[in-house]
Amino acid sequence: MSMRHAALAFSGIMRREMLRFIGQHGRFAAAIVRPLVWLGIFAAGFRSVLGLSIIPPYQTYILYEVYIVPGLAGMMLLFHGMQNSLSMVYDREMGSMRVLLTAPLPRWWLLGARLLASTITVLPVVYGFLLLARFWEVRPPAFGYAAALPALVLAGLMLGAFGLALSSLIRQLENFAGVMNFVIFPAFFASTALYPLWRLEEVSPVLAAFAWANPFSHAVELIRFALYGQLEPFSLLVCSVSLIVFFSLAVWGYDPGRGFWARRAVE
Amino acid sequence: MTALVIENLSHGFGRRKALSDVSLTIDPGAFMVLLGPNGAGKTTLVSLATGLYNAQQGDIRIFGHSISRDPLPALADLGVVFQMPTLDLDLTVMDNLAYHAALRGLSRAKGLERASVELERLGIAERAHDKVRALSGGLRRRVEIARALLHDPRLLIVDEATAGLDVAGRHMLLTHVRSLCGEGISVLWATHMLDEIEPADRLAVLHRGSLRWTGAASELASPENLEAAFLQLMGEAA
Repeated sequence: MSMRHAALAFSGIMRREMLRFIGQHGRFAAAIVRPLVWLGIFAAGFRSVLGLSIIPPYQTYILYEVYIVPGLAGMMLLFHGMQNSLSMVYDREMGSMRVLLTAPLPRWWLLGARLLASTITVLPVVYGFLLLARFWEVRPPAFGYAAALPALVLAGLMLGAFGLALSSLIRQLENFAGVMNFVIFPAFFASTALYPLWRLEEVSPVLAAFAWANPFSHAVELIRFALYGQLEPFSLLVCSVSLIVFFSLAVWGYDPGRGFWARRAVE
Repeated sequence: MTALVIENLSHGFGRRKALSDVSLTIDPGAFMVLLGPNGAGKTTLVSLATGLYNAQQGDIRIFGHSISRDPLPALADLGVVFQMPTLDLDLTVMDNLAYHAALRGLSRAKGLERASVELERLGIAERAHDKVRALSGGLRRRVEIARALLHDPRLLIVDEATAGLDVAGRHMLLTHVRSLCGEGISVLWATHMLDEIEPADRLAVLHRGSLRWTGAASELASPENLEAAFLQLMGEAA
């Protein structure tokens, strides 16, 4: 594999991801409207119900809207990762996956390029949301927006790799609804995206333990701390290890000799 | 060097054997028809030859490179048109071709240049900026042929590309692909249509995963007796 070929292939995959994302107006609109609905309606209602103590990285009492924004940014990445997974399954059923997999490049590179391209595609939308959140008085320091970039990239890659690994497991498009119910919603609700861990501990230690072990929680915390210019090392570790594990699973799943793809009957 | 060598190829899905001990070769510039009824194993053979997954037994070499052990140079020499349409319907023809060109390591300028040349040769240059969704089935197939040729492959595998096309569309596609052999490209043409075979073609008859006959089509039967000979081969297998 020459570096030039690898770079050209990445630019081609990136361009296709952009064209498809922008071309799918509904998905593009949903990506920005979904978190705004949560922020504007759900958070407004919860504001009076849920009292928050001072917890790092915050140095004062905060509004619920301030707490929930990193979680909603994480949700955008989670949904985008799952949408990408869905489009991988769709591409496989529609045949266009074959074009990608018969390119003369290693599969790990092709899958990695697609994962990175997909993550980069959603970043402008996440930043658009973070800027709109300023209207709800969620105003992290200016350098927090820059510091959040690597956190968003790592979280996006990790959640995208999770979707990629899932896509190698799902045999048919119809099964995706089940994945939404049994994977995405538990991952989102049993996390620190909507409530801090201490609140969950008060209600259910089991749920709190699940949220603590949930990689999505660590994606959210990584983003939360980064938005206020701080690094949460344990979340960084969990996200990095999860990325490696999920991506390895995806590469295994798409391996022509070993993975699920190899055992799959021809469509 | 032989364009394609398939040696003792066997593959199954669960307990179902899709291919069993298949061997064949294609010389440079040759047109080989892989003939078989639906479910004969043609698409499995194409999937294995294009490295989508590895065969459980046997080997496939493209210009000397094993598709399982040395896949990258093998794939670099290969162009494929799959039975299942593989174009992005919501992208333009040119965007589809540019994507493929990038995957094949062509610069954007070179990719667009090659795409223009191939679209022109197939008579669809004026549709280059249309969304694929707006194209008829026949035109989409032509785009897929153009795409498979962008990187100047030495071996072209075409899997049932004429299925569902009208007579004129089939004729156009087949004539174009046959003309590629004159440029030194080897072609493996998988089909179940007997009228796509010419006497001078190399022919491999596949049925229930096994090769029933290989050789020049004219050695099997004259064109008017080809159907009877084919049915006899199927009958012997039954």
